[in-house]
Amino acid sequence: MNIFEKIAKLDRRWIYLILAAVVVITILVKFESPLRVNPEVRSIFNFVEGLEEDQYIHFAMDYDPGSMAELHPMTYAIMEQTLAKGVKIIITALSPNGPGMAESAMLEIMDSVRVKYGRELIYGEDVVFLGYKAYPGIVILSMGQNYRLSFPSDYYNTSTDSIPMMDGIINYDNVEGIILITGTSGIDFWLAYANGRYNARLAAGLTGVSAADYYPYLRSGQLFGLMGGMLGAAEYETLLREPGDKPGPAMEAMRVQVWAHITIIIFILIGNIGYFVSKRKGGMR
Amino acid sequence: MKREIPLMIVFVTGLFMAVQFFVPHSKSEFVYEFVMEWTIIIGIFALALGIWSIVRVSANKIKRRAENWQYAIIILAGLISMPIFALTGGLESYMWRHFFNYIIMPLHATMFSLLAFFIASAAFRAFRAHSLLASVLLFSAIIIMLRFNPFLGFLGEPIGDLAAWILNVPNMAAKRAIIIGIGLGMVGTALKVILGIERTYMGSD
Repeated sequence: MNIFEKIAKLDRRWIYLILAAVVVITILVKFESPLRVNPEVRSIFNFVEGLEEDQYIHFAMDYDPGSMAELHPMTYAIMEQTLAKGVKIIITALSPNGPGMAESAMLEIMDSVRVKYGRELIYGEDVVFLGYKAYPGIVILSMGQNYRLSFPSDYYNTSTDSIPMMDGIINYDNVEGIILITGTSGIDFWLAYANGRYNARLAAGLTGVSAADYYPYLRSGQLFGLMGGMLGAAEYETLLREPGDKPGPAMEAMRVQVWAHITIIIFILIGNIGYFVSKRKGGMR
Repeated sequence: MKREIPLMIVFVTGLFMAVQFFVPHSKSEFVYEFVMEWTIIIGIFALALGIWSIVRVSANKIKRRAENWQYAIIILAGLISMPIFALTGGLESYMWRHFFNYIIMPLHATMFSLLAFFIASAAFRAFRAHSLLASVLLFSAIIIMLRFNPFLGFLGEPIGDLAAWILNVPNMAAKRAIIIGIGLGMVGTALKVILGIERTYMGSD
């Protein structure tokens, strides 16, 4: 067995070890990845920038802790920007393991808006968390009729009718748009029902692996914006960043992703060299 | 009658829901909201059925000492303890929060993180340029991975443009074709169910 055949049959544990080493080392090495902001990310930013105080948006955090690393930076960036402007947010979490995580994120963001922007936010007046209900398709459809059908009370079991900021808020017609952050195919329900049936304006932040699947909806106008994975979040953070600001969490994580991708590309090239050399030698025999 | 009544219910409901979409009258909206409430209630029964099913499967596994039966104990312990913590202490319950923050969240994150290693290994083994189509796929994957690489120098801009083109043109065209195919398939299946041609929901028929 020559060197190329050995490479082509490299034990997968070596690959795991090398990738783990690359990830750990690049966390420690500081450099910034130059990001070019795509129009699909910029349009979400422009939408939030265009909102005025006391307008409403619906923020759907439909993801589990599994995709938290990729999707949390988007949630933090957008919600912080929105709340700092005085825009009110209705939050739902239609993923079974999401509500606890969504609540923690909401409380942290409220706190960070207070510290960074000096804006004291009050739960029930600036932000409300309606929580989780099973069967996302049905819940999304029913919210299009009336939020109270699926959520007669919020996450803390307070009657929705008694929450001050829900006064006069009936359905999607009363919000300027829906920003959906999801790691599941639940986006299909939002597209078909919230946008298709009720004409709600919808933008989405998705995991890197699923973002490419939703470009057709972006071009058809069913989504007005799209963010894909860590890269999308880093692009958004670039837009929010003021001169002198430290890079955001997604921008920091990008350098790990850059090196992990370089490692994977090197593995692919080595695998192909091994494959072609072995094939050529086999053909010559 | 055992077969005709369910078929009739499905036909009438299916037809109503299809027609209702185009009738923005208050009475039609009222019936639609009523049906929505019923769907949620029926859904909750399905959830109860799912819980019962997992309890039965896990209990049987423990009773028969089937392979990896110990994991079934953990499933049942989690299934029983989390609702108890939430019901007794509310969502502020110390135990509920700690179980969620320090067990469920890291477990989920770990499972998802493992993907990176599997992807690296799979890419090494599977991405071989053994045909024209495989080479196109390989080339596209490398371009997409390189699009935000800071070490490309003057190549960065054209690679970024090429990656955007791959996502917006060939990728979108292929996805559109798949989506339209799925959509037509769904309409066909829905019609078959409404018209009683597809009856698998009634069990063995």
